[in-house]
Amino acid sequence: MSEPASRRRAENTAAGGVKGPMLDVRDLHVQIASRHGTVRAVDGVSLEVAGGEALGLVGESGSGKSMTLRTILGVLPPEAKVTAGQILLDGVDLVPLSRSDLNRIRGPKISMIFQEPMSALNPVMRVGYQIAEGPRVHMGYGKAKAAQRALELMQRVGIPDPERRFRAYPHEFSGGMRQRVMIAIALSCDPEIILCDEPTTALDVTIQDQILRLLAKLCAESGVSLLFVTHDLPIVAQLCQRVAVMYGGQLVETGDVREVLLDPRHPYTLGLVRSAPDVEYVRESLVPIPGSPPSLVSPPSGCRFHPRCAFAEEDCRVLPTPLRVLPGGRSTACLHYERAAEAAAADRVGP
Amino acid sequence: MSAISFPEPALAAQAEEHAQPRARRWYRQPALASGAILLALIVAAAIAAPLLTPYNPIKQNLGASLLGPSAHHLLGTDQTGRDTFARLLYGLRTDLRIAFIAVLLPFCIGTILGSIAGYFGGWVDAVLMRLVDIVVAFPFYVLIIALVFVLGPGQRSIYIAITLVGWVSYARIIRGEILVAKRQDYVLAARSGGLSAVRIIGRHLLPNVITQAIIYAMSDIVQDILAIVTLGYFGLGVPAPTPDLGSMINDGQNFLTTHWQLTTFPGLAVVVVGLSLSLIGDGLADLIRPGQS
Repeated sequence: MSEPASRRRAENTAAGGVKGPMLDVRDLHVQIASRHGTVRAVDGVSLEVAGGEALGLVGESGSGKSMTLRTILGVLPPEAKVTAGQILLDGVDLVPLSRSDLNRIRGPKISMIFQEPMSALNPVMRVGYQIAEGPRVHMGYGKAKAAQRALELMQRVGIPDPERRFRAYPHEFSGGMRQRVMIAIALSCDPEIILCDEPTTALDVTIQDQILRLLAKLCAESGVSLLFVTHDLPIVAQLCQRVAVMYGGQLVETGDVREVLLDPRHPYTLGLVRSAPDVEYVRESLVPIPGSPPSLVSPPSGCRFHPRCAFAEEDCRVLPTPLRVLPGGRSTACLHYERAAEAAAADRVGP
Repeated sequence: MSAISFPEPALAAQAEEHAQPRARRWYRQPALASGAILLALIVAAAIAAPLLTPYNPIKQNLGASLLGPSAHHLLGTDQTGRDTFARLLYGLRTDLRIAFIAVLLPFCIGTILGSIAGYFGGWVDAVLMRLVDIVVAFPFYVLIIALVFVLGPGQRSIYIAITLVGWVSYARIIRGEILVAKRQDYVLAARSGGLSAVRIIGRHLLPNVITQAIIYAMSDIVQDILAIVTLGYFGLGVPAPTPDLGSMINDGQNFLTTHWQLTTFPGLAVVVVGLSLSLIGDGLADLIRPGQS
């Protein structure tokens, strides 16, 4: 099963990562032209994903998570465009690449798992062929070799009786099995990094857990990196080593997953943690974040979270809030992060 | 985390459909089944023409002109003594063959251009669709007749004329379908997998949308047969001695009051062929269109 590329990667990660980050997004800006004005969907996002690492990207709907993923893959809708920034994949900037150059990278180096496996699979194509298509196109495999590869992958992602299921259509699969097919497709060309767009949201909880365990196992086996977008904090806690919190098109906090989720340094992260059940963080009741996400056409001045923030001061309304590195390597965009930290501490002692 | 889900009606319906695939078998569609049987009989008769009649459809026999129906000549003979039944069968052969070939070219060209317009959009789409508008602005028969008149009678002209006029309908249908289908996630997934535009259109989009063009092709064949017969009637069709339903009707109309069978049976043959193809088209549409019993 061990492909040359994955073996090389595994050695790299074992040696403590000789190279720089696998994926390095620098100061990415994406704007979407709409009837109501220009939407600044992604506004200065910088991310790093090391080889073999799983990074969780969390935030509420409309915070720009999915748009960030689509930008990295170069599959933006026609009305959106990258206005600034770099996307370095293994040292190569993807932003200026032509369509055909990108097509040589999508699949063999980077791939994606979608939220809705039913709609992301071609309804009139047998799943085996959908899995085999990548190896045929990108790895120059012949029909038989690609089919062999597809069967191996189906086995690897835990689809029982692959020989029989090879010729089935997506509608003959259950939701969890369809997502396994999606994972097999994403793995088919042995990529360096897989982008996951809420891959478990459409599944029920027991299946969710199976899929997450499978992803974690595959990552450990092959050393593939994950960029995992979700709004579900427990999933991030289960799967990821690091987390980045996104709000209003910007990152507000990044760091080690346990540190950030158990001891937030940004009021928005604190709000997310308080409104989510069960992150080893038991409370009497859930506390929602008041207000609604900001308009990305005319975002609030200063810190974008200040209209909804309980700790907002006068300076939050005016000063720009870039990410600042804190001692210990984590970063926050909050000017008064100590207050969030205090509130989190109070929660822990709590009621 | 508590995911309370109600069964979606669409999914439930799908499951039900899946449980009883027999309801969708083709022979359970009365329109499709009767159309298919009718067409099969006609095509079989046309193919087996040499077995069904001993007469040569071209050979004249001036001693036996304008005979009435009899045991020797089932539908009588025309003014040059050719057997009408034989000419009818061989005429069906000519017209069906031309119609089926003539529908293929516009089908292919229209499908390719329509998918390019729909998938890429932008100026490609604008240019192609203006071209479509220009063709659509002319009435079908007027344009076909004018084109064949300019190109000169004959099969080649018929193919060219029908292709030039016919591709627009396929282009429109496929473009519209692709515009909808390309917003589906599986297309995004295919793009994310680094597949080329040609492959995405050919392997992923067309298999999902081509049925609409196939359904339309059934009614298009009817239109093409009518066009071929009309051209034959105007003397613009297949050149003279070759039997053709349109020229038979034209030749026979001089004798309409005395020998009605010379025009009536070719005319009826056209009607029956058209009917069978329309039935197939309707039946196919019912069979393929989702959510219909």
